[in-house]
Formats: sequence, structure tokens, C-alpha cells
Amino acid sequence: MVTASVASATSAGGLAGASVQVRAVSHAFGDAGQALPVLDDVTFDVPAGETVALLGPSGCGKSTLLRLIAGLSAPQAGRIGVDQVRVVGPDPSRLLVFQDPLLLPWRTVEANVAYGLEARKIGDGQERVRQALRMVGLAAFAAAYPHELSGGMAQRAAFARVLVNHPRVLLLDEPFGKLDSLTRMTMQEELLALARRHAFTTILVTHDVEEALLLATRVLVFSPRPARIILDVDNGLPFPRLRDDPAFIARRREILIALGHGEEFAR
Amino acid sequence: MSDVAGSAVGAVAPVAVHSVFRPWWPGVASTAVWAVAAAVTGLLPDHGRAPAGQPLVECEVVIAILSALSVLIGQAGWFAPLAYHGRRIAVLGGAVAVWEIVTAKTGWLPLPFFPSPQAVLDVYRVDSGRLAQSVFSSLLILVPGFLLGAVTGFLAGLAMGWSPEARYWGNPVIRLLGPLPPIAWLPVALFVFPTISTASIFLIALATAFPVAVLTASGVTLVDSRLYDVGRTLGASEGFLIRTIVIPATLPHVFVGLFMGLGASFIVLIVAEMLGAKAGLGWYLQWAQGWAAYANLYAALAVMSVLFSGVTMALFAVRRRALRWNRETVEW
Ligand SMILES: Nc1ncnc2c1ncn2[C@@H]1O[C@H](COP(=O)(O)OP(=O)(O)OP(=O)(O)O)[C@@H](O)[C@H]1O
Ligand SMILES: [Mg+2]
Repeated sequence: MVTASVASATSAGGLAGASVQVRAVSHAFGDAGQALPVLDDVTFDVPAGETVALLGPSGCGKSTLLRLIAGLSAPQAGRIGVDQVRVVGPDPSRLLVFQDPLLLPWRTVEANVAYGLEARKIGDGQERVRQALRMVGLAAFAAAYPHELSGGMAQRAAFARVLVNHPRVLLLDEPFGKLDSLTRMTMQEELLALARRHAFTTILVTHDVEEALLLATRVLVFSPRPARIILDVDNGLPFPRLRDDPAFIARRREILIALGHGEEFAR
Repeated sequence: MSDVAGSAVGAVAPVAVHSVFRPWWPGVASTAVWAVAAAVTGLLPDHGRAPAGQPLVECEVVIAILSALSVLIGQAGWFAPLAYHGRRIAVLGGAVAVWEIVTAKTGWLPLPFFPSPQAVLDVYRVDSGRLAQSVFSSLLILVPGFLLGAVTGFLAGLAMGWSPEARYWGNPVIRLLGPLPPIAWLPVALFVFPTISTASIFLIALATAFPVAVLTASGVTLVDSRLYDVGRTLGASEGFLIRTIVIPATLPHVFVGLFMGLGASFIVLIVAEMLGAKAGLGWYLQWAQGWAAYANLYAALAVMSVLFSGVTMALFAVRRRALRWNRETVEW
């Protein structure tokens, strides 16, 4: 059922993923006098079509990094590129699913999903909107207002609002954090299948080590603020990935130790 | 099939017999109270010279009869909207009876300041033409003035909320001129504008525009800035952001401003009409007072309250439609 809806959603086509370059990016908030450093010399590359997961303690600067890649603000030092072209502002080919759903409360679910197509005057988007809603399981709630949705449904609607635009780079800020564990698994499978079919590039911020290892080809672990990369795990496990695979367990242990949880949970 | 229907009737019937007729008590109370009011009006002797109370008695009897009918149908579902007001209608009858006693029947409240209910009722019979004319000419000032003020206030507030430059120039104007009661401009408006009507329209627009501008501007600054991030990443231009995010997010505040502006407009309207106009409800009040026609005064006040309450309800109906998405919509 899952794969069928994905197949129909992707039949509309779209561009393949773009590569992302993050080079020596540093960023701070506040005035020069009492600046709050958030990112410290972060460098990594994401090849087109790959999925990279970013892990790190709360408040270390992960959301800030995603905002910079999305082009919502400019890094104070370093440069960010997509397909070797410098990012200078937001663009619908690089889309961010925020930590909160941030639906527009005055628009129905359907109209929220259609927002990007409407903004870019892409006519005839109704079928695309319907497909996106079907994909996240909200077809029956197309005419509902956001206040009539549960937290998880709202987050799925936010997902559909982004996917309907066929982005080349998908920036996900803990997109499944608010979902129950079963819905989360469904959405993770959907994301995997989608990423494979569309071949878009994904940068996924998450708190969940297992989620990172299940979805990503590479896992970057950040230090507490200001964020530096303290561990870079090449996660080339074949699909389907199993949580009890010894290689999986070894990587999870390595990451948990890097995050400072070696004693209790890493055994 | 028929078997089932038959057994169903059989099952229901004993219940129907058991539940004997239950009167609708607010209807009973209303019948009694209005009958007493009619008796007081029609049977007690008048004190001094009071207008013949016949039409008032007729009204009271009609209401008493309708109340008596409602005793039978008060429980019906379709009657519910009116039934809701049942106890209020009953108490109103008592108020009319007391009013009749302290004016026409005993003269405890002195004439001409406190006319009897019959005298007020007579105004609607005798002077309805002039009252209708007054309502019409008041609306002819209120509606254009309010709409003009709403539009200019909204646009000014939007500009001030969105553009720092507009805020820089708008703020001192709002700070210094906002606290001035709009009616204080009347002497100025009277010589700037060719007619008292246009002057009044301008003052009402002013009275509406200030609160609307202030609330719109603060509404714009209260919009969650993350929604702009959502819009900008999805490819929205600045104009599209304003149309699809700023304006809808600000609308709840705009309606608060409109509500405040409407209240100020009523004041401006009546005072301007009292001070300079030759028509309108404010002028009617002034005219009635000049002739010591206090019954006309009360009759006009009642019309005014119904009119202004109706206009306010219309505003809230628009608001309810515009803010359907908002779960916290307050009723008025
Ligand atoms: N607009 C801002 N102005 C000032 N400080 C900010 C701003 N945005 C974020 N910060 C600060 O930057 C730091 C990193 O914030 P960020 O949201 O990137 O963390 P995060 O890694 O996403 O955390 P979490 O996992 O809890 O979401 C925090 O200390 C936060 O207080
Ligand atoms: Mg975050």
C-alpha cells in the first residue's frame, strides 16, 4: 500500500537531487560584544541523492545549520553551495520541514499543501496536491482546518506541503519527533522509498540514533554549542536495515559514546 | 414489516399515556404577567390627563394570547430560538406594568419628563415617517464614514506594521493625534468641509481609522515570523506573503479595531448631528428636547439602540465568516 502510493506520487516526475557543500561555516547570534557562537567551522559534503543525518545535543545549532542551507539567513563565515553554486537566498528546490508544523491556520490542509504551487503560479496543481495528501495519509482531511488536526497529522501535512514541490534537496528538522512510533515507522519507510525513487538529497536532523542509522548513508555527530563535527560515521549498510544487525549495533554504540551516553545505554 | 411497526407503536403508546401534557412554564408566567399588565392598563383609572391607553392594552392582550399559545408549543424543537427568550419576555411584561403604574396610573414620576408607555408607543404611530427619515440620514453618514475609515485605517496599519519607514512617520501621528477625541475636530471640520454631512463623514472616518490602524499595525508585528520563513522557502514573493500570511494573520486584530472604531463612530455621529445637523437621530433627540417632547426622545433612543445593536451584530456576522478558521472566535 505504501509503495503504491509512493509510485503514483512520483510518476509526476521531478529533478534528481543536488549535491550540497558546507565549507568552513561558522555562525553566531547576538552583537559582536556578547556573541553566542553556534556553529564552529563546520565542513561536510553531501553527494547528490544521498541522505546525511545530523545528530547532536539539544541547542547545539542543528536547526541553525539547516536554516543556513535553506538560505533563510547567511552564514557569518564560510560558504554554502548547492551543486557548487553559492546559496544566496531561499529557493523552492531546497525545502525545509520545520521542527513545528507551522501550517497556516486560515488555510485548509489542502490549501496549505498547495501554497508553494500557488506562490509560484504553477497551475493545475490539484492532482499533485491530492497525491501528496494521499501519500501522508491525509486525503480524508483535505478540507479540514489545521486546528482540527492532531499534532502528528499536522506534521504530516507539513511534510506534504514540502513534497508536493518536488524539491531537489530536502532539509528535515526532526520531522518525525512528534509522531507516534508506528506512524513514525511508516513515515520513515515512505521517506526511504521516496528518496530512492526521486533521488533527492536529504539532510535529516534527528535526536534518534536508530532513525539516523536506518535512513542515512552517513551520520554526522555534533558537539554541544558551538557545534563542531566530532564524529563522521559512514553508514553503508545494505537495505533493508535491521536493528539487531551486529554492524548496526556497533555503530549505534559508537555514536552514543560520542554523544556522552557511553556508560548507561551503549552496551 | 407492518408487524414491526405495530409492535413499535404498541411499545410507545403506554409511555405516551403516562407522560401527560406538560405546560411550558415560561409561557405560563408570560401569559399571567402580560394579562396583569393589560388589566392594569385597561381597568385602573388614569391619573390626570394621560393619552387613551387603548392601543397599549391591545398590544398587551395580543402578547398575552401569544404567550398562552406558547404554553402548548413551548417544548417543540422549532420553537427553541424564541423559547430561549421566554423568561425575558415575561419580565418585560412586568416592567411595562410597573412603568404604566408609576406614570399614567399614579403620576409618581412627573410629566413631561416621564411619559407613559402609551405615549411612547403613540410616537411610532404618529411620527414614524420622521423617525424613519432620521434613521436613513444617520445611516447615510455612518456607513460611508465607517467604511472609509476602516479601509484607510487598515491600509495605514498594514504599512506601519510592514515597513519601518512607514512606522517612523506614522508613529508620531498616532501618538499625538490618536488620543484626541475625534469630535474635538468638529469646529475645524465644519469650515474645512462644505457641508455638515461631509464633515461628519470625515470625523467618523477619523474615529474608525485610528483604532483600526493601531490594532492592524500591532497585529502585523505579532505574526509568527517563522510563517514568513515557511512562505519564503516555498517561493512566495513579498506581495504574496502580505496577501496570504500578513493579512489573514492580522484580521482578528483588525476586527477588534473595527469594533472599537464603531463605538467611537456612534458617539461622533450623534454628537455631530446634535450640534449642527438638520436631520438624523442626533438631530431628532435635540429637536424632541427643544419641544419638551420626551416621549419622542425615548422612542428615538429605543430606535437608536436597536439600530446600533443591529449594525454591531452585522459587523460580528462579517467577522464570524472571515474568521471561520479561528477556533477562538468570541461571540457578541
Ligand atoms: N534567532 C536566534 N537568535 C538568537 N539566538 C538563537 C536564534 N536561533 C537560535 N539561537 C540559539 O542558537 C543555539 C542553537 O539553536 P538551534 O535551534 O540551532 O539548536 P538545535 O540544535 O536545533 O536544538 P534542538 O535540538 O533543541 O532543536 C541555541 O542556543 C539558541 O538559543
Ligand atoms: Mg532544532
